[in-house]
Amino acid sequence: MIDLQWVKDYIDIEDEDLEALAVKITEAGINIEKVITNHIDNLIIGEIIKCEMHPDSDHLHICEVNIGKETLQIVCGAPNVKVGLKVIVALPGAVLPGNFVIKKSKIRGVESNGMICALYELGLEEKTDEAYNRGIEELSAEATVGEDPLKFLNLDDTLYELDVHKHRNNDCYYHIGFAYEIACILNRKVNLPAQTTKPSADNIKNHFQLKVDTEKCPLYLAKMVTNVQVGESPEFIKRRLNAYGMRSINNVVDISNYVMLEYGQPLHFFDKDALGDKIVVRDAKEGEYIKTLDGLDRTLKASDIVITDGEKPVCIAGVMGGEETEVTANTKTILIESAIFEATSIRYTASALDLKSEASIRYGKGLNYEYTERAIERACHLLEKYANATVLSGTVSHDKVDKTPKVATFTTKEINAMLGITLTDEDVKTELNRLDFPFTYQKGKFKATIPPRRLDVDPYVNDIAEEVGRLYGYHNLVSTLPKCPIKKGEYVGDVKYRKIISKRLRAFGLNECKTYTLTSPAMAQLFKYEAKENAILPNPMSVDKSVLRTTLIPSLLNVYDYNKARKVNDIMLYEISKTYDVNYEEESKIALLMHGNYIINEWHNQKIGADFYLLKGLIENLLDYLGFKNRYTFEKQVIQDLHPGICASIMLDRKPIGIIGKIHPSIKKEDIYVAELSLNALMDKTKPLKFKEALKYPGITKDLAFVLPQDASSKDIEEVIKKAGGRLLTTLKVFDVYTGENIQENQKSIAYSLTFADPNRTLTEDEVNQVFTKVIDEVEAKTAAVLRH
Amino acid sequence: MPLENILTEMKKAISEITDEQALNEIKTKYLGKKGIITEFSQKIKDLPLEEKKTFGANLNKIKTVATNLIDEKRLDLQQAILNKKLENESIDISLPATKIPFGSPSIMEKIIEEIEELLMSMGYDVVDGPEVEEDKYNFELLNIPKGHPARDAQDTFYLQDEEILLRSQTSPVQIRSMLAGKGQKPIRMICPGKTYRRDSDDATHSHQFMQIEGLLVDHEVSLSDLKGTFDIIAKKLFGKDCQTRFRPSYYQFTEPSVEMDISCHHCKGQGCHICKNTGWITVSGAGMVHPKVLENCGYDPKKWQGFAFGFGAERLAMVKYGINDLRVFYTNDLRESQIFDRKEMD
Repeated sequence: MIDLQWVKDYIDIEDEDLEALAVKITEAGINIEKVITNHIDNLIIGEIIKCEMHPDSDHLHICEVNIGKETLQIVCGAPNVKVGLKVIVALPGAVLPGNFVIKKSKIRGVESNGMICALYELGLEEKTDEAYNRGIEELSAEATVGEDPLKFLNLDDTLYELDVHKHRNNDCYYHIGFAYEIACILNRKVNLPAQTTKPSADNIKNHFQLKVDTEKCPLYLAKMVTNVQVGESPEFIKRRLNAYGMRSINNVVDISNYVMLEYGQPLHFFDKDALGDKIVVRDAKEGEYIKTLDGLDRTLKASDIVITDGEKPVCIAGVMGGEETEVTANTKTILIESAIFEATSIRYTASALDLKSEASIRYGKGLNYEYTERAIERACHLLEKYANATVLSGTVSHDKVDKTPKVATFTTKEINAMLGITLTDEDVKTELNRLDFPFTYQKGKFKATIPPRRLDVDPYVNDIAEEVGRLYGYHNLVSTLPKCPIKKGEYVGDVKYRKIISKRLRAFGLNECKTYTLTSPAMAQLFKYEAKENAILPNPMSVDKSVLRTTLIPSLLNVYDYNKARKVNDIMLYEISKTYDVNYEEESKIALLMHGNYIINEWHNQKIGADFYLLKGLIENLLDYLGFKNRYTFEKQVIQDLHPGICASIMLDRKPIGIIGKIHPSIKKEDIYVAELSLNALMDKTKPLKFKEALKYPGITKDLAFVLPQDASSKDIEEVIKKAGGRLLTTLKVFDVYTGENIQENQKSIAYSLTFADPNRTLTEDEVNQVFTKVIDEVEAKTAAVLRH
Repeated sequence: MPLENILTEMKKAISEITDEQALNEIKTKYLGKKGIITEFSQKIKDLPLEEKKTFGANLNKIKTVATNLIDEKRLDLQQAILNKKLENESIDISLPATKIPFGSPSIMEKIIEEIEELLMSMGYDVVDGPEVEEDKYNFELLNIPKGHPARDAQDTFYLQDEEILLRSQTSPVQIRSMLAGKGQKPIRMICPGKTYRRDSDDATHSHQFMQIEGLLVDHEVSLSDLKGTFDIIAKKLFGKDCQTRFRPSYYQFTEPSVEMDISCHHCKGQGCHICKNTGWITVSGAGMVHPKVLENCGYDPKKWQGFAFGFGAERLAMVKYGINDLRVFYTNDLRESQIFDRKEMD
């Protein structure tokens, strides 16, 4: 929050429209969320010179109100209205909160030319019963008739509510820093406030010693004031703190806050008499204890920084003071601390102790050493002026700050190239002057010194370009495209495979899902078909998102549940995602889930339902599409959480690349088929595509059937048939599987159709019969199958 | 019967019949072995020589015409039968079709693929990097050292000490791309990928979300080039009338940094609840690659510049399709996602 009335102390913006200024500031990068203004047009201070009862009312009064250039008749219903009061008058045309427009009117037949107001009617006070009963606002006798009442009450401030990006949230959150920001936008100068004090013969060094025993405190300054008179703050300090949302405590405490809001430097005031004559700044000892000024006992960690009196902690540095050395109404002598502590350490301590304050937040963002020095002088000046303090000469200090100025060296050409604009050297000089960055210019080269208040600016061309650019205005940039030559872009690595496979699966009618990588320990244990251990988050947000999944099947099952519960009956899903094991080994996987009808037309009795063979077909199609024809097999294998009789592992070149099966009925009663493939395993090079001529000579087709045990697999028979059939066997199809009458129990009959052909001639019946007989003999010899007659 | 009347009578008979059997009877009656026409031809031999020739020629003509009449009628009858049959086979074409299964992309994938296609045509490769990432790629080399406040905003899932984490942004892929380029190769890449932050899932937060990272590194690259690139993306996604603007911003790994806004397509910039009455919607953070980041990755900032940008895929989809709850993207409600199995033409 920035109080513009306050900013006016440091920069002349009397002529500026503050709403318009807010837009300019926002455009230049400091985002002003809200402009809060209490100004209301057509309000004026008036004096009641005559007050009579309304003839038609028991509570209304008819008043004559002097507003300077004229006297108005106004009807007023407030209980406290009386002659001689100075009041706030809303003239016709004034718009009060709630869009209440004041007009000339007649109240019970008597003309009324405005309204005498209470503060709550102006939106400046809450409308409580108490406020209502009190009635109209009674201004003090010093109020001047004809002037703006809100100005008189110091209630006409304009406040900016900021939402600033991290890098600028140190210098833009104090009034002098903000004044500099306005200065560069309006090209004006900033005047820093007075900080002089009367000379004193006594020096702090006669009373006080400082020792800093930690690396985490690069700068520590202390000054001493005596004869302090603790009392009420002057009006302007109270009002400004109030507007900012801080309660006025007393002049001393208020001054420390006031200076913090001026310079961004938090100060700490110790009661010197309670403190003693020594300060040692050091790292806290683990388990060390302090009672902070909120009355709570705090146990400290070794990573905290403490201010001690040489023995025990008197203050948690940058976070909160101790109760023992707190400034009270009786304090006479104050030791003022203005210091820089390591930002990270303060952030850590403040968050560990849950003590985020205006001060700790500022320490946590980092501070500018120049203002550490200025702030302590300024506080002394104000204490002398408003608390009658005597300021001792001298400062006790520990100073290890690297004050080497940050100097950026650059040319206008570099700035232009970075932004894509065409400034001249003169333009750049103007911008640097506006920024108040001192610079030298020689033979086209700039050397600009970055002021310490701009902690965010580093001496790079980019940083200078940013400062110049935001003042130049990004809305003035002209869109261009990079001039460098280009080639066509492409999908690279696993992304390429993901896209190809994704498109194929979508064409099959499967719907892409995106689910969470993090899962629950229970979910992670489902469908564990690989010997993989899960990686577990050491500090999860919740148990149900604490484990990195190694398989996507449980997630797809969740999607199934979600849709099924919403009466979606045909559910075809896939997901392609990365998975990680306990060694963070990455594997991209493709999971598929099918349930319900794949193709259906009910009235037409047309239906293909999801089942094992359909899913197997999709996978075969996908593998063929990717170029793996004849390189994969499905091997029966029992897999956890799949139906023990309906599941298989999928092999590519004899290596397992995935699984397929029906979900075990103990997990889901419904018929759900799932499969999962490793995408990494498919990122294998396949042979280039080649033309193969279709057979020209007619083939001869012969059918036969074998009877084999129920649990034997057709694949074994097929392999023997293929081998025996040799190169003349061009196609082999299963066309019937039969169990029942004429087939013994525990047996099944599988009928095959074999086509024989030769690319170069027509085969004779004899040749085919020879091979056919060989096929039968081999199958009977090598398997448990018997020819069915 | 006189010869002249045969055809007239036959025509009359043919016109009165409706089936093939009757037609066959007519054929027999006139052209059969004992048919009227056949009988006439048997009479020829009895005629005097001079009449034989004309009568024979005349009779042949009649025979040809009669045969044609029969054949034509036969075709007509068969056609009528076929027509009748087809008429009976007629179906109610208004009954429902057999549904061809359709597979939709996820809602996010839709918008991601749009951006990918556009940017590939502008020379950007589409890449991805690991989701389990090292701290140095996710933070350190991006100019976000340990203890930096920028880390607080990206509350990260750490897996192992402060070294291995679930990436909190896709920006580490910038680092990986630049390191792979070894300070020599120009880079144009985008990376749509999953990212993770410690947020509780609700309408506006998700512990898992998708970012679309973009990076261009070359010898002459400016902030104006970034603006031009953003213009093209915005117009492709939100239509030709879409306006864009840059606002100064801050990111640790870009300098200068900007936020990229599009004009609110809902109210056309007039102000509405979607754009919070500003007329603008922020869709991306971007900027010129920070010289320290270039240096960290082996690119000499005196010779190379670059720009980087990042979109939130969910955010883009929410703005484009009018979605107001982030969870929609992860429930995979088929009733919602199947809307997106549709090609969108420019």
